[in-house]
Amino acid sequence: MPVKTVVGGRQVIHIALLIAAALLLAGVLDAAFAQGGPFGAPRGGAAPAPPTSGVLGWIFAKQAEFYRQFSGLIRAAKADGSAAWSLFGLAFLYGVFHAAGPGHGKAVISSYLVANEETWRRGVVLSFASAMIQALVAVALVGIAAVLLNATAATMRSAVNVIETASYALIILIGLRLLWVKGRAFINAARNLHRPAAVGAAVTPADQLHDHAAHDHHAHDHHHHDHDDHHHHHDHAHDDHDHHAHDHSHDGHAHCDHDDHASAWGHAHAPEPEELAGPGGWRRGLSAVVAVGARPCSGAIIVLVFALAQGLFWAGVVATFVMGLGTAITVAAIATVAVGAKAWAGHFAQTRSGYGMLAMRGIEVGASVVIIAFGSLLLAGYIVAERGVGL
Amino acid sequence: MIRRRICSGLCSVLAACAGLALAAGAASAHPHVWVTMHSELVYAPDGTITGVRHTWTFDDMFSVFATQGIDSKKKGEFTREELAPLAEVNVTSLKEYDFFTYAKANGKDVEFKEPPAGYYLEFDPKDTVLTLHFTLPLKTPVKAKDLSVEVYDREFFVDFSFNEKNPAKLVGAPAQCKLSVVNPQQMDAALSQQLSQIGPDQRNPGLTIGNEFANKLVVKCP
Repeated sequence: MPVKTVVGGRQVIHIALLIAAALLLAGVLDAAFAQGGPFGAPRGGAAPAPPTSGVLGWIFAKQAEFYRQFSGLIRAAKADGSAAWSLFGLAFLYGVFHAAGPGHGKAVISSYLVANEETWRRGVVLSFASAMIQALVAVALVGIAAVLLNATAATMRSAVNVIETASYALIILIGLRLLWVKGRAFINAARNLHRPAAVGAAVTPADQLHDHAAHDHHAHDHHHHDHDDHHHHHDHAHDDHDHHAHDHSHDGHAHCDHDDHASAWGHAHAPEPEELAGPGGWRRGLSAVVAVGARPCSGAIIVLVFALAQGLFWAGVVATFVMGLGTAITVAAIATVAVGAKAWAGHFAQTRSGYGMLAMRGIEVGASVVIIAFGSLLLAGYIVAERGVGL
Repeated sequence: MIRRRICSGLCSVLAACAGLALAAGAASAHPHVWVTMHSELVYAPDGTITGVRHTWTFDDMFSVFATQGIDSKKKGEFTREELAPLAEVNVTSLKEYDFFTYAKANGKDVEFKEPPAGYYLEFDPKDTVLTLHFTLPLKTPVKAKDLSVEVYDREFFVDFSFNEKNPAKLVGAPAQCKLSVVNPQQMDAALSQQLSQIGPDQRNPGLTIGNEFANKLVVKCP
């Protein structure tokens, strides 16, 4: 192994750690904003207090400040319709600042994008879709429970609990599926490091590994560098049908998602329009969008019920969607950073030998583990806090 | 070499897991419930403190949410009787959170009993706010030269603050006892001063991290 590669390998390790740290930060932020309370989110006894100073403290303060103005503005809008505009403006700002609870799935979406080698554009689309689903669920819940059935807060709370449990379970399933696919890819990448370079591509076993030379989407990434070390180039752990993963719009298999496309490179450099536009492209992220967006935000529900009591349900509905828009912008920004960081690492890694690939797969495995762990923690929190505070 | 590369992947996995462990511990909320409090510290004739009488007024949005769907004879108004089931749910579930009330007498933690019957919720139709009245009796009444009562939610789901004009009072306390109220802002300064006085590897049992948001009542009976 040339010395140059040793240095490169170290860089790759550093980059891998950097990405892990970024995800970790997203996770910490996410949890720092986690909502507790009457809807049964985790309320363990040992949690440290939220920060009172610094950026987080400021965000907390702003969020509370905006939220506290909702009731006054809704009351004002009753007398003077123009106050509704202030309400919507405030709802937008609140959404931007608020976009953080696990319900908003910042960390889950970011991890999903990293594990699943999505483009930043898809990241933005997924963020907006999940935020809109979230707003829709809140409106539908209050619309059905409060407007039609005149249900109590306790009833709505239990409905939220059911949705929440299902959504957390779905997050775990998505993570497990990704781990299965990415874990196999990682093991393959590791196994292939032992292969002598000279035989490399030629001895690729047909059952698991495919020669991807003809796959131009990848080929352009792989053929410029590392001529000393060819063996990794075609190591993608594609199953037979996954070989066609890039053609999903005309792929008859109707995959719900194409997670099994386990290449460490690709999309981040060259997003192809059909990935976004094709029905398969949308379906790919649907499970993640639903898992993340299903849990309605407590703040939105309270605002909706309050607006309803003031006879201004429509204003609450608009405010909820505007809030979702604000939420989406923040989530999309964070998701873009995560995807960008991975693309950047991929750029470095592809100039290295097979170790670069291994590191990228490692990142993907790590991101899958993050998703599973998040889902499990959320679910466990739900079980612990089932009684809720009941205030 | 190879092993190290494999390690790089594992490292990121481990780092991610560590991050999660951290994240799990850091779970905390931003408030969706605001409570304005008035608290009375109740003393027995022998000078022992027997309990805390809380009056908690919830913010209007939460109050409206909490009363959603509750049957009432008059629309938009609720009597104590109509709110009785909700009051019971409140008090029962507050138990799990120690009623967010933490007291120390002469530097030692004091335990509370569950509120006896007689607690109730009131609804103010003008401001659409709910007020919860309940008493927390001490397990054992205690004579205290130095008493502190703090009210806070360490996860900050509920944002407590004392009523500015009428935060608290002593009921039946010995004449020499003096009450003072410390608000969160002042607590910050006090806490940072405390923190500056202890070394980095020292543990200070008197210091409760997490009570920056505490609203503290201090009674000195020299």
